[in-house]
Amino acid sequence: MKWSAVPYVAVKALQRNRMRTLLTALGIIIGVAAVITMVGLGQGASSEVQEQVNRLGQNVVLVFPGARQLGGVSIGGGSANTLTTEDARALREEIPEVIAASPEVRSQRLIVYGNRNWQTRVYGQSHDYLQIRQWPIESGRMYTEEEVERSALVAVVGQTIVEELFEGSDPIGETIRIRGIPIEIIGILSVKGMSLMGSVQDDIVLIPYTTAFQRVSGRSHAMVINIQVYNEESMDIAQAKITDLLRERHGLAPYQENDFTVQTQEDVAQAATETSRIMTWLLASIAGVSLFVGGIGIMNVMLVSVTERTREVGLRLAVGARSPDVLLQFLIEAVVLCLLGGIGGIILGLFATEMIASYAGWPALFSTEAMIVAVTVSAAVGVFFGFYPAWKASRLDPIVALRSE
Amino acid sequence: MEIAVLRDITRVYRSGKLSVEALRGIDLTVREGEFTSIMGASGSGKSTLMNILGCLDKPSGGSYQLNGEDVSKFNKDKLASVRNQTLGFVFQSFHLLPRTSALENVELPLIYSEKNLSWKQIHKMAKEALEIVGLGDRIKHTPNELSGGQQQRVAIARALVSKPGLLLADEPTGNLDSRTSLELIELFQRLNRDGLTVLMVTHEPDVARFSERIVTLRDGLIRSDKKIEPRDAVEALANWKDEEDIELINEGY
Repeated sequence: MKWSAVPYVAVKALQRNRMRTLLTALGIIIGVAAVITMVGLGQGASSEVQEQVNRLGQNVVLVFPGARQLGGVSIGGGSANTLTTEDARALREEIPEVIAASPEVRSQRLIVYGNRNWQTRVYGQSHDYLQIRQWPIESGRMYTEEEVERSALVAVVGQTIVEELFEGSDPIGETIRIRGIPIEIIGILSVKGMSLMGSVQDDIVLIPYTTAFQRVSGRSHAMVINIQVYNEESMDIAQAKITDLLRERHGLAPYQENDFTVQTQEDVAQAATETSRIMTWLLASIAGVSLFVGGIGIMNVMLVSVTERTREVGLRLAVGARSPDVLLQFLIEAVVLCLLGGIGGIILGLFATEMIASYAGWPALFSTEAMIVAVTVSAAVGVFFGFYPAWKASRLDPIVALRSE
Repeated sequence: MEIAVLRDITRVYRSGKLSVEALRGIDLTVREGEFTSIMGASGSGKSTLMNILGCLDKPSGGSYQLNGEDVSKFNKDKLASVRNQTLGFVFQSFHLLPRTSALENVELPLIYSEKNLSWKQIHKMAKEALEIVGLGDRIKHTPNELSGGQQQRVAIARALVSKPGLLLADEPTGNLDSRTSLELIELFQRLNRDGLTVLMVTHEPDVARFSERIVTLRDGLIRSDKKIEPRDAVEALANWKDEEDIELINEGY
């Protein structure tokens, strides 16, 4: 048989029955579109999760105090008093990649307002802490660098405090007492919700770290230094510079180990991305089922088509077609049908992804891989589901086939 | 020279315990350039004989030499090749592909040819075949745009396109009115005069009279095999009167 005639004959046969071709291809179109859309949205969602992780703090580096050595024995990370507020200041001022650094000191304190009280976490932070956490103020203002310098008695509180201590009324300008010290509320934080670890982040009181060190926590050293780096590309170099500067400031000899730990939020981000990747696969497999159903539709129509065209098959056999020629003809017809569906599905899928993404406010990500896979899979569906009808056609007896009505 | 030589051909159909002998020992020789009619009542075995001659079916016994080769021993694929290269088929119900142009219908056997023809050659050969049957100006028409007679001419062009040695026509005029039948017979006679061997199954004596040899079958055996002086279709067409149609209707045709 003439090979170049095979696809031509297939396309001609499909053209003879346009409506049916369209409806059959629709099954594949929807299946492929579903796969493309699900993968596209999944990847969009994945990048959205990434975005949310970033919002916890973009390009954040955390410096923890190291393990204290007691007679050669390590007594646990974070136990040493090695980080000072001076370290934080030096990091911010001497490393160009570091755009914000906040020495943190936490303590659980009972805060009192009038005849009400509430047990909460009091954080000592610098004025740029909210910038590091990408945490906007809802009303009022954050304390200034100058207020930090002079250990001002001011605080910014989270939504939980507003609800529990002030029963929802505006607390700005009111004075609360922590360990008997009067502190004026100057700002309210916007709602942050749960942290990745599941704690309520809004149950918080922020005060200048100077105030915290001197009057509230009774500590002299930072529990952690929150650092923001200029951009993602500078993360590695910034980490190296932070390590070098702190070693120098702590007077560590080359043979001595670091008395601090430098960490990033990359690990957290990776875990979250993994989750959404699994989600993408789950959605894609469900969409794959609809592609399978589309394939069954192809098989059904091809079977009908073979029955309907028995006379045509008989004629082809009579004029010299061999069984493999007939098999190939119907097989290619199914594959062409599926490929048409595949291409249509990609177009529809891209369109649907764009629509849903803009509706959901996600970024739409078009994956070339998903398209290649979709087309390959639809061709495979054509071969798989087209084979039985094609085989049936090729087994026809020319005499019987010619005589059928 | 002999084209087809059948020796003691039998064909038995079996279904369960029942067996029917459709052909019970046929001896037939078709020579090059002959125009033969095979006649017989239904059930006489003429369709079975046609299927065997056309290599669509294999005999249960006996031998069938086509162009010097014993095709009764050929397998399916080799028979397909013989049908493609050596035989041309014309059917009662035309068997044209619907919604497909006359040209493409005629090209069909060439697509399955083992000769590895170029598309250019294929188009050229199909066009020539359509010109021979007088449809050179209708190559783009689809079957539903053609009359019955024209459709059968397309089918004849398809049978001729691969230049077969033997043209097999199974009731070619069965679906046509008498005038159109006569025109078609005229075409067969013309092709035959140009050297084509034609073998035609018909149950109409009026049609058989235009061939030069009539073989009559009954109950799976040849009852008679005689040469006749054929009527000339050109002459018959020249003397055609519409009344003949009416007469035929009156006679019950």
